[in-house]
Amino acid sequence: MAEGRVVGIDLGTTNSLVAYMQGDAPVVIPGVDGLSLVPSVVALDPVPADGGRPSVTVGNSARKALVETPERVIYSVKRLMGRSIDEVQSELDLFPFRLADDIEAGEVPRIQLGELRFTPPEISAYILRQLKRNAERFFGEPVTQAVITVPAYFNDAQRQATKDAGRMAGLEVLRLVNEPTAAALAYGLDRTNVGTIAVYDLGGGTFDISILKLRDGIFEVQSTNGDTHLGGDDIDNLLTAVALDEIHSEHGVDLRAHPSAVQGLRKAAIDAKISLSTEASARFDIELPNGDRYQREIPRDVFEQLIKPVLDRTAGPCKQALTDAGLTPEQIDEVVLVGGSTRIPAVRQLVDDLFHLAARGKKPHNELNPDEVVALGAAVQADILAGASKTTEEMLLLDVTPLSLGIEALGGTVARIIQRNSTIPASATEHFTTGVDGQTNVAIHVVQGERELAADCRSLARFDLKGIPPMSAGLPRIEVKFLIDADGILQVSAREQRSGLAAQIEVKATYGLTDEQVESMILDSFDHAEEDFAKRQLIESRNEADTILSAVERAPESPAWKHLRGEEQAAIEAARDRLAAVKQGDDLAALRDATLGLDQATRRFAELMMDAAVTTAIRGKTMDNASDELGEEVTAPHPMARAEFK
Amino acid sequence: MLKVLDSAVPVACWSCSVAHNDATLFCPHCSKIQPPPGGDYFSVFGIVPRLDIDLGELEHEFHKLSRKLHPDRFARAKENEKQWSLADTALLNDAYRTLKDPIHRTAYLLKLNGAEIGEEHSGKDRKDPSRVPADLLEEVFDLNMQLEEMRMARKMGEADLELQTSLEKAKRKFDGLLDDVDQDLRAQWQAWDAGDTAKRAAAQKTMVSLLDRRRYLSNLVRDVTETLGA
Repeated sequence: MAEGRVVGIDLGTTNSLVAYMQGDAPVVIPGVDGLSLVPSVVALDPVPADGGRPSVTVGNSARKALVETPERVIYSVKRLMGRSIDEVQSELDLFPFRLADDIEAGEVPRIQLGELRFTPPEISAYILRQLKRNAERFFGEPVTQAVITVPAYFNDAQRQATKDAGRMAGLEVLRLVNEPTAAALAYGLDRTNVGTIAVYDLGGGTFDISILKLRDGIFEVQSTNGDTHLGGDDIDNLLTAVALDEIHSEHGVDLRAHPSAVQGLRKAAIDAKISLSTEASARFDIELPNGDRYQREIPRDVFEQLIKPVLDRTAGPCKQALTDAGLTPEQIDEVVLVGGSTRIPAVRQLVDDLFHLAARGKKPHNELNPDEVVALGAAVQADILAGASKTTEEMLLLDVTPLSLGIEALGGTVARIIQRNSTIPASATEHFTTGVDGQTNVAIHVVQGERELAADCRSLARFDLKGIPPMSAGLPRIEVKFLIDADGILQVSAREQRSGLAAQIEVKATYGLTDEQVESMILDSFDHAEEDFAKRQLIESRNEADTILSAVERAPESPAWKHLRGEEQAAIEAARDRLAAVKQGDDLAALRDATLGLDQATRRFAELMMDAAVTTAIRGKTMDNASDELGEEVTAPHPMARAEFK
Repeated sequence: MLKVLDSAVPVACWSCSVAHNDATLFCPHCSKIQPPPGGDYFSVFGIVPRLDIDLGELEHEFHKLSRKLHPDRFARAKENEKQWSLADTALLNDAYRTLKDPIHRTAYLLKLNGAEIGEEHSGKDRKDPSRVPADLLEEVFDLNMQLEEMRMARKMGEADLELQTSLEKAKRKFDGLLDDVDQDLRAQWQAWDAGDTAKRAAAQKTMVSLLDRRRYLSNLVRDVTETLGA
């Protein structure tokens, strides 16, 4: 049987992307709207009139719902992946969504979205399903295997949660790849580099630093470090909080009580942040509910001072990674910048200082789009795994585990069994015995982290070695093998050596879903079926046709319509009628052809509309129209959905 | 019939059933990946156990084997081959990590030869006064006092420059002692590698005590570094 394609997915905090290897170069696969970035935002639609389960939207359309129905929208869910209720609780103080109120301790947290509740992996699965569908639409064939990227500093639970999400979305996750390493792969593809590189990856919600040695196509990670709770989100939250405080003290209005106003303000803060990467100053100009205006000039130096504490938090991990690799800054040949937040000039300055770049006449690499580079690298890794390509056959990635693995010893101290920055897969074998005569169970507590006390580390799992033959205390010799696999996930096996019996192990992951739970959360149980796939393609193509038809229906109301010549208007109407006729049938090819025809006929019209939109937008934002614009910026859809069929 | 090494147990290849010795990662007959072999870390790289090894060659061999064994090469293979690729690569990585580091390599080889070696970072050693090397007793006592004072000063938010300078000086001294130990260890490598039974036993004894001393010193240096850096 011919193997299907393997796609590479960057499941990001802010945006997600899917890419594949086209010949010998990785390319990003666009969505229905023609754009490569899918905002990692999931919205629950209103309950349908028949009272059924509401459907779920992902991406730009979900982002629009943020201001209209903030209680039905979730973003930045990556920050909640693989985390405990306590951790999520403190995280949620900064976000508008809330935990379900019936959660019990020890459970995987569930987020209340409208009238339904979802675990973080389920939310991520909706994003992955959207990317899977984008790829299927692009290839015209099912896609079932993927490489998904994760922050290098993700722990075991966060990795497992990501893998679970893939399974729920109907994807076999062939490998989890660390984001900075993926970026290095994307950069390393077109060079036969020998040298040591550092990848500085400051994304929406996570920070990673990885140091790699490149040699003959082997990418060997020397060390990695980071912070899974540090990124552009923190800057947005900071700016928003400052504005909220000022509005409160200067205008006596507490916007914190109005979730949609907070979201509007947050959107304005993001815009200000983005423009400050190129402009010397940005401006808040927002109409408040009481009619006042909150006007505030933010010069770049004030902004830089404000965010300095956030950026400075990346310095420690960089220094530690250098120490762990046994290198000085001068020994780093190249630095690669990844993640949207590395567009901030102050970040570039910090990187320059950390690695003494300017002093050595060097500049960091940012030739590849920092938003896309991780997905491109994931596509390269997907190609390596598929194993059928000349371009990547000489390439191999040797990654490391970011955190030490240990077991809790007497007195609550940690006995480290696999050191951080060990190349994975890595293993360790430990021997355990009993403390009481006739004891048949031994409990083991596995932790991850660098602290001396187990209580200060991250609890991974507790497990019970069962079925030990009854013997005098200290006589059984149970060999437990800990193995961190190529995804950075722990596997455990055990054997009682005197009796030769394989001891049963019951691993209870401290944070995470059971296999059965994951199984019950699979989004489309029949997603693999060919017939089902064909049906879905037809339905999706019809929906797409509907979208474009309804947009064309409204076209004559637009001022731009008048700028079209008579024959252009006639061509649009002819293409419209043809699509409307074909839409009734079951011929997928004809439907796509007609959609493409109408799309082409309306292209000039769409451009005219865009021009008009751009000139009226930009200046003089009020709270109201700031929210209207949500989703109409860089990642906004083409006003007429552009069809791209292959 | 395949020639089987005397020291190794012959096993049949799971795929082609031809017998081969159990120290091989791939079947010499059908080239299929095999379950993890039974030998030591040195045999993974096909070298005899020794202390003075060429790190460049070791890395070259590590990369060569990684290309063949890594799970990335078996992403779409049969389940059993996937599992063995994982287990074999873990063994390869564990072996490389141990052998490329001179101290870990020495400790590993001595353990293979029956020596009892303590754990590198076990916390108990530091607190146990009986483990203090006799020639350092006085200095270690002083140093611990100073460390305690420094921690107190830090807690109170005071900066004691004199103490700081004194600790930095002590750190330099103990760093130097560490280097001495490393050199002494290396000096024993040749004696061990030469293979003369009596000389080897003497070298082993010397290295075990050098490793003990080294562990004590490196814990001490770590303490000082942490206290200074806090």
